Amino acid sequence: MIDLLYFAWVRERIGLDGETLPCPAGVATVADLLDWLSARSPAHTAALADRSAIRVAVDQVFAGPGTPVTAGCEVAIFPPVTGG
Amino acid sequence: MIVTRVQAASFDAAAEITVLTAGRSNIGAVVSFTGLVRGDDALVSLTLEHYPAMTERALSAIAAEAEARWPLMGGIVIHRVGRLLPGDPIVLVAVASAHRAAAFAATEFLMDWLKTKAPFWKAEAREGGTTWVAARDSDEAAAARWRAAD
Repeated sequence: MIDLLYFAWVRERIGLDGETLPCPAGVATVADLLDWLSARSPAHTAALADRSAIRVAVDQVFAGPGTPVTAGCEVAIFPPVTGG
Repeated sequence: MIVTRVQAASFDAAAEITVLTAGRSNIGAVVSFTGLVRGDDALVSLTLEHYPAMTERALSAIAAEAEARWPLMGGIVIHRVGRLLPGDPIVLVAVASAHRAAAFAATEFLMDWLKTKAPFWKAEAREGGTTWVAARDSDEAAAARWRAAD
């Protein structure tokens, strides 16, 4: 399983604050996961359409498109941060 | 050591600085920065969302980086979350050192990295609705300045 967490407008556009899904076949990296998730529903497609506005953390650490995604990990998907 | 806290409650910057320096006579400089909610364009409120499990790790990592770069003698980083009103304090960074240069630099560094490397998001509520604040290129550029020292 993979624990997915969504924040800010990614959460609003998908309509969920997270979901736990079986680790999809053929998904090895963050980029694979985003491609696979985009096809899950029209809301997922809309939320993830502009990849330049999407940031990802794997197990609470900022990740890149090539970061491995494995069963049991926590993947958070969100817009660029705006704290401070 | 730089203490980091995330809280909904407000903070008293002066009281935090008093704690930082209490009982010590080797500190020669304390620099602090307080960020406030600016009531631009009829802002009604600002809501800060964060990713709790990651925020703690990110703030500790940013604090450790500051301590590795400058000879600091303690500090405090407080970031608020939840719904805030114009004029409310959002963030406090205060750093102590023997001399002012390290304290000034570390404070600026901590703010620059806090803005670009900690998982917080601001939503602005106005009469017409709520919008998420977009990240600014100028904040990225400010954070990138410090990479030269890596």
